[in-house]
Amino acid sequence: MPEVTASPPANPWLSWRYVESNWGDLTVAVEQHVSLTAQTIAIATLIALPLAVLAHGRPRVAALVLGVSGVLYTIPALALFAILAPFTGIGRTTVLIGLVAYALLVLVRNVLVGLEGVDPEVRDAARGLGYGPVRMLLTVELPNALPAIVVGLRLATVSTVALVTIGIVVGFGGLGQLMFRGFNSSYRAEIMTATLLTVAIAVVADVLILLAGRLATPWTRSVRAG
Amino acid sequence: MTEVLQAALVWFNDPANWTGSRGILARTGEHLTMSVLAVLLASLVALPLGVWLGHRRRGGTLTVLVANASRALPTFALLLIFASTSLGFGNRPAVLATAIFAIPPILTNTHTGLLEVDAAARDAARGMGMTGLRSLAQVEIPLALPMIAAGLRTAAVQVVATVTLAALVGGGGLGVYIVVGLGTRRFGEVLAGALLVAALCLIAEGVLGLTQRLMTPEAMRRYATGQADPDRSSSRV
Repeated sequence: MPEVTASPPANPWLSWRYVESNWGDLTVAVEQHVSLTAQTIAIATLIALPLAVLAHGRPRVAALVLGVSGVLYTIPALALFAILAPFTGIGRTTVLIGLVAYALLVLVRNVLVGLEGVDPEVRDAARGLGYGPVRMLLTVELPNALPAIVVGLRLATVSTVALVTIGIVVGFGGLGQLMFRGFNSSYRAEIMTATLLTVAIAVVADVLILLAGRLATPWTRSVRAG
Repeated sequence: MTEVLQAALVWFNDPANWTGSRGILARTGEHLTMSVLAVLLASLVALPLGVWLGHRRRGGTLTVLVANASRALPTFALLLIFASTSLGFGNRPAVLATAIFAIPPILTNTHTGLLEVDAAARDAARGMGMTGLRSLAQVEIPLALPMIAAGLRTAAVQVVATVTLAALVGGGGLGVYIVVGLGTRRFGEVLAGALLVAALCLIAEGVLGLTQRLMTPEAMRRYATGQADPDRSSSRV
């Protein structure tokens, strides 16, 4: 590489001027990022809950579900998006399908762990009170599994926020789009701003789910306090 | 749909795609070299730190913090940041970025492994007159090995998957086929590249899982598989 003698133009990692002049792009990207994450988690939860309930109490099905999800989880998102792209096209749908797949793996695991972890004595007590399987599931097992489900939701959400950025390979990466644009035009402030916003979305979402989980499981709090 | 599959098959069947400096074999070698470098770099930092913190029985908050932070920060972002510094484009920023994300699983498992060494075993070592260092080398680390191996395996599998991103910053490895194929809209090549990456990740998972099993003494196998991978869901790419 030739020696650069002239001082290069200032290229700071943080620049408020960048934020001001790109406010429109930033809000669009954040909105894209958040809506994609929210939709992913909603769809994944809707699929994961019945799947986990189905596998619950059937050790062989559960082992199969956990085994398959563990193996599938090792495939990187870049490869998964690339496998899907020829069939589902370039754009949002492909990213959404891929993200739902990963979130699903995390959620099924955690819901199943939560359901399997319900105290057998609690279950026995409910059975002794004459609870049928459906009522048992809805009023005893799922509420007891809620802390584990919340952990799964937090994990799935935080990793989804990070994974959205890989969507740039199929042209829909939310804030990843800005990161890559900044990289290609050597604009450091754009890369850093998009990165900080991505981390902020992950942290805010994590805290929100944590708080919602606390509100939904008041009994765990009283136990901790006592 | 079948056209893409056919194109991928044709691509796989062309011997020119297998040999040469841009062939599948060379790219796989590149991919694995980068992965090994990244795991070594991460181990250099995480192993001593985890052993020391675990031996001194502290650092619980630090390891949790590191693990959480690594989940929130996208690998892709760190990769682009590194590639925009004086490190330059290519394989170097990719190795560094993946190495940083390989630290949490190794650190967490090493730390937990040492913390979980039976207190009675440590007391016995001290009772026999072992110094702290000797107890560490002859009692604590050997007992923590299955957990450490599990952490290394998780990290290695994650690194093999993540190194794919190197192609996005002008680096090599198997990700090149995906990125170049998407850029030129040759979807057969994209699919072929993606299948190669997926296959390599699955093979790495299988081989490392087997190695970990073989390296764990039989009496400890149940313990190891029961405890393995507390950091299973660390950052994914």
